[in-house]
Amino acid sequence: MSLTLENVSRSVDGVQHIAGANITFKAGSFNVLLGRTLAGKTSLMRLMAGLDKPDTGRVLMDGRDVTNESVQRRNISMIYQQFINYPNLTVWENIASPLRLAKMKEPEITRRVKETAAMLQIEPLLQRFPSELSGGQQQRTAMARALVKDASLILFDEPLVNLDYKLREELRAELRELFKERNCIAVYATTEANEALALGGVTTLLQEGNIIQSGPVMSVYRQPSTVTAAELFSEPPINQIKGRVTETEVTFDDYAHHPLTRNLSDLAPGAYQFGVRPSHISLVPQNDDDLELAMTVELGEISGSETFMHVKNDHFSLVLQLMGVHQYHTDTPVKIYLPISKLFVFGVDGSLIQAPHHLSKE
Amino acid sequence: MAEIQLKSLAHSYSKHPSGAEDYAIRQMSHVWHNGGAYALLGPSGCGKSTMLNIISGLLQPSEGEVLFDNVKVNELSPKDRNIAQVFQFPVIYDSMTVYDNLAFPLRNVGMPKAKIKAKVDEIAAILELGEVLHNKARNLTADEKQKVSMGRGLVRDDVSAILFDEPLTVIDPQLKWKLRRKLKQIHEQFNITMVYVTHDQLEASTFADKIAVMYEGQIVQFGTPRELFESPNHTFVGYFIGSPGMNLIPVQRTETGVEFDGLPLHIHPELAKYAETSTSSNIKIGIRPEFVRLSNTPADDSYECHVKYIEDLGTYRIVTLELGSQTLLARIDEDQVIEGDTVHIGFPRQWLKLYIDEFLVEGATE
Repeated sequence: MSLTLENVSRSVDGVQHIAGANITFKAGSFNVLLGRTLAGKTSLMRLMAGLDKPDTGRVLMDGRDVTNESVQRRNISMIYQQFINYPNLTVWENIASPLRLAKMKEPEITRRVKETAAMLQIEPLLQRFPSELSGGQQQRTAMARALVKDASLILFDEPLVNLDYKLREELRAELRELFKERNCIAVYATTEANEALALGGVTTLLQEGNIIQSGPVMSVYRQPSTVTAAELFSEPPINQIKGRVTETEVTFDDYAHHPLTRNLSDLAPGAYQFGVRPSHISLVPQNDDDLELAMTVELGEISGSETFMHVKNDHFSLVLQLMGVHQYHTDTPVKIYLPISKLFVFGVDGSLIQAPHHLSKE
Repeated sequence: MAEIQLKSLAHSYSKHPSGAEDYAIRQMSHVWHNGGAYALLGPSGCGKSTMLNIISGLLQPSEGEVLFDNVKVNELSPKDRNIAQVFQFPVIYDSMTVYDNLAFPLRNVGMPKAKIKAKVDEIAAILELGEVLHNKARNLTADEKQKVSMGRGLVRDDVSAILFDEPLTVIDPQLKWKLRRKLKQIHEQFNITMVYVTHDQLEASTFADKIAVMYEGQIVQFGTPRELFESPNHTFVGYFIGSPGMNLIPVQRTETGVEFDGLPLHIHPELAKYAETSTSSNIKIGIRPEFVRLSNTPADDSYECHVKYIEDLGTYRIVTLELGSQTLLARIDEDQVIEGDTVHIGFPRQWLKLYIDEFLVEGATE
């Protein structure tokens, strides 16, 4: 089954939640909606599910207009942030509940519950009640219930946000496996760029109710259509620097000058916005034409295996993403090296002019 | 300001504990030095909240002693211990102004007006609350409210320690780093003993000079963020710190070292000696994904592996590899090219750790 939203809009109390969305989700595809809080992710999913009706536009399933069809008739599963299970039913009965509702025969129910529980590694817990489970186990149960009924559309609304990062890592990897061989459409909403990258598939960027870009995850990541798209799809956010190009050189923020080497040599004179990913800036020079900048450390955020170093000078505030643990006191002076070859170039209107060349064959 | 010492401390919620599993905190001794910035890190259920409540005085330990500057405080309430606490949700008086919230603890002890004003102004300036000083607290944003709760601890000169319990939970992701920075600055400026409880490695490692990692009621490592990353003292620390965590492989003892699935592993001779003399059959080697060497061509000490999956995270990739019956992860740079689905991996000796009964065998580093 494919699902198409055709010029779908919805406002609530005069506030636009979704503005003229046009998008098609293919059968068997895994899709991620990436956007900040209130970007319209949940609104879009509710429209897809039929929980809300659009003010304008149509929703098509396999080309058939289902705009006015109720959610009960659409064969949809939804998984929420909060772990929603029936507290008075065992894990087994929780998973079986949608099948009982569909009046499925008992042996088939048994077969499916077992199979789904095995998939989500909760077989030993089948006789327990939700209150006897950890958060991760409760969310696995909710997921099992959503997956057991062969829905043609499964919607995940930030399902891992209430779990700790180790559980997230595990469940994310499992989800990817689970959907490999399914023919349904999966749509997964998240606020985190790294989660979108880890899940893969097709990424759709949402901002203030608008779809700003959609495509295979790596093409959206490597070719963000605008500064806003690049900012959304980068965690920590992509560094932005204003610059002016003349016949001979580029000047960043009226302060740092650099000759027009490599990918900058084709740029026409004028004003630009440049972007550089935090992981591409380094504390040691990598190339002949790196731009050296003197900065001071604001904070080193250490994630366990990585360091996000916030630095600034009178002109720029930048973030570096460094592998390993680097401890610096605040206000320590450092030199940083910005690779000219890894710069994204955007016009003053924010649209992408050129993205850095990518070396890997993957 | 105080040094906080836990002496032969243990806690069980059951009246008649019969075994180790009845203890939320298993017997331990530990010192939080005066003026240190510490974190207590662990998954839910590891005992860190119990520990925090014992330090603050909300809970009396069933065994052992809590000492503040060598004075036993087991029976003292949080107030008498002069502990300031910052919780997940800001605890402030909504109907009062920011100024009155900050002045409250000082008025309680009868400080003269002029002195209160000087102190509140000073703390408000440090916390960048100057502009909202005369606003009602209820109209503040979540991060401002949390700064006010911190300020209420900082205005007092007699505070022995500030305890933080997941203080950034309700803060917008984009603002979190600013508050982290503020916290660090405050610590550097005031040098008050601070203990920050969290399940988040980023919160812990960013704030603390030293982190106590708790697991099943025990502190399994007390070290700097770098130590936790580079030489985890326990397999749990290897797993819990880093994303993804350490590769851990069960191995068997051989005459020259260790092996798994018939593949000999070249560990440091000194470590091999340990493995040889140990009577335990629970032996593992550990190496972080960041330190696995991956190449398209074989080398002397490399192993041929099948590439099962490559997760592209943009600026780096996580490669899932199959070696014998084991699955291993390696982190590689975005620019490193992988040809085909067979690669050769190596384990640099410096980063190949040996664990017996889940604890690191200390010794040889090259």
